[in-house]
Amino acid sequence: MITLNDLLVMVPELYLTAAACFVLLFDVFINDDQRDATHWVAIIVMLVGIFLVVHGQPDTTATAFGGMFVRDRMAEILKVTVLIATILMYVMARPWLRDRQLFMGEFYSLSMFSVLGVMLLVSAGNLITVYLGLELFALPAYALVALNRESKLSSEAAIKFFVLGSLASGLILFGMSLIYGATGTLDLHGIFAAAGTTTHPHLLQFGLVFLVVGIGFEFGAVPFHMWLPDVYEGAPTPIAMYISAVPKLAAVGLAYRLLEVGMGPFADDWRIMLAIMAALSLVVGNVVAIAQKNLKRMLAYSTISHMGFVFLGLANPTPEGYSAALFYAVCFALMETVAFGVILALARKGFECEMIDDLKGLNRRSPWFAGMMAIAMFSLAGIPPLWGFIAKVLVLKAAIDGGMLWLAIVAIICSIIGLFYYLRVIWVMYFEQPAEGVEPLQAKPDLALRGLLSINALGLVAMIFFSGPLLAWCRAAFGG
Amino acid sequence: MMAIPLSWYIVFATVLFCIAIAGIFINRKNVIVLLMCIELMLLAVNTNFVAFSRFLGNPGGQVFVFFILTVAAAESAIGLAIVVLMFRTRRTINVDEINTLRY
Repeated sequence: MITLNDLLVMVPELYLTAAACFVLLFDVFINDDQRDATHWVAIIVMLVGIFLVVHGQPDTTATAFGGMFVRDRMAEILKVTVLIATILMYVMARPWLRDRQLFMGEFYSLSMFSVLGVMLLVSAGNLITVYLGLELFALPAYALVALNRESKLSSEAAIKFFVLGSLASGLILFGMSLIYGATGTLDLHGIFAAAGTTTHPHLLQFGLVFLVVGIGFEFGAVPFHMWLPDVYEGAPTPIAMYISAVPKLAAVGLAYRLLEVGMGPFADDWRIMLAIMAALSLVVGNVVAIAQKNLKRMLAYSTISHMGFVFLGLANPTPEGYSAALFYAVCFALMETVAFGVILALARKGFECEMIDDLKGLNRRSPWFAGMMAIAMFSLAGIPPLWGFIAKVLVLKAAIDGGMLWLAIVAIICSIIGLFYYLRVIWVMYFEQPAEGVEPLQAKPDLALRGLLSINALGLVAMIFFSGPLLAWCRAAFGG
Repeated sequence: MMAIPLSWYIVFATVLFCIAIAGIFINRKNVIVLLMCIELMLLAVNTNFVAFSRFLGNPGGQVFVFFILTVAAAESAIGLAIVVLMFRTRRTINVDEINTLRY
C-alpha cells in the first residue's frame, strides 16, 4: 500500500518529474525570442531540486514502496553533483546553442528527464527500478546527442550511442534475469540474502558476468569503450559535457547498487573482473589519448583512463574503497565541466575549437581562459596539490589496501604516461604561436558563462582545502 | 501431458540472445536490422523472466516483463527517429557507411 511517507521520501524525484513536464509545456507557449525564460526557469528548477535533495535528506536510510526506492547518503551526494553539473551545462551551453540555432526548449526538458533517470537509478532498491532508471537516463540522452539535426556527425554519434547503449542495457537485463532465476527475488537486499545461501552459484556467477559487462559499458571501460570517443566527438559540445560528467556518476551508483547491495557475497568474483577492466582502461585510455589531435576525442580517452581509476576504488569492496571511488567520480565530473566549459567559451559561429592546435597561443589572447584550461588539465593529470591528485591518492590507497598492489603500480605508470598529453595541451596554449592567417581565439563575452566557468575552475583549486569534509561526507555515505 | 522443463526455456532464451548479439556485431548492411536485433535481445530476456517466474511461482518476473515491453517500445521509437535523422543527413542507412567518426 502506498502511504504518504512513501511519497515524502521521493519528493525530489516527484518534484523533478512535475517540473520537467512543466518546462516542456512552458516552452510551447513562448516565442523563440523569449527562450531565455525557459533557460532561467530550468536553472531555478535545478536549484530547487538541489535544495529538496539536501533539505529533506533523512539522517538514516529511508525506503519507499516496499524497498523499490532507497534514499541514502550516497544517493544524496550523487544527486547533488548531477544537479550541479547540469546547471553548469545549462549556463555554459546557452551561447553555444544560440550561435548554432539549437537554443530549443527540447534541450532543457530532455536533459531534465535524463537527470530524473539518474536520480532514480542511484536510488534504486530493486532490479526493476535499476532498469527503469537506466533507460530513463539513456533514452533522452540518445535524443540529446542527435540534437543537431543538420549534422552528419551528430546523427552518427547518436546511432552508435543508441546501439551500444541498448546492447549494454540488454546485457544487464539478461544478467538480471539469470540472477532472478537463481534467487527468486527482484529486491536487491533479497538477492544479497539469497546469494549467500544459494544452491545455484554458477547461475549467479554467469548472471554476474553480464552485469559487470553492462556496467563496463556504462562506465566506458575498456574493452567496452568503443562508443565513448565517437559520442564525445560527434555530439554537440554541451551534450558531450553532459555525457562526460553525469553518466559516470550514475554508473558509480549503478555499480554500487548492483554489485555491493545485490551481489555482495560474490565480491571476490566481481572485484577481479573490475580490476582487469581497470588495468585495461588505464593502459588503453592513456596510450591512445597520446595519438589524438581532436581535443574532445582526447578528453574521451582521458575519461576512459579515469574510469580505470574509479574501478580501482570499486575493486576494494570496503567503505574506504567505495568512498574513494565516489570521491573520484564527483571530482572528475567537476573537472570535466571546466575542460568542456573552456571549449564552449572559445567556440564561435562556424568554429568549434575542437582540435588541440586550435588552442595555439591562447595565453596571449585570453590568459584567464588559458589559466582555467591549465587548472583543468593539471587537475585531470593529477599534479599535486590539485584536487585530481588527492582523488588519485585515495583510490590508489584503496587498491593497495584491497591487496591489489599490481593494479596500483599499473595505475601510477599509466598516469605518468598520461601526463604527456595533458601537458601537451598546456604547451600548445602557452608556448606555441597560431598559424598565419588563422583568426585569433576570442572568448565569448557572455557574463554568466565567464562567471560560472571561473567559479568552477577556482572551485577546483579551492577544493584542495575542502577535500576533508567532502571525503568525510563520502565516508559517511558508506557507514565508514 | 508432460511439462516442458525449465532448462529448455533457458536454452531457447540464450540461443535467441546469442543470435541477437551476433546480429549486432556481424550485420554490415542495414541499421534497421540492428534495431531488430535489439528487440530480439529484449524478447530473449522476457522469455527468461517469464519462464523463471512460472517455475519459481513468483509474479515479480512477469511484472518486470511488462516494464521491459514498455521500455522496448520507447526505445525502438527513439531508434527509428535517429535512423530517419541519419537518412535525412546522409541519404543512406548502410552500416558500412557510418564511418565518419574514427581516429
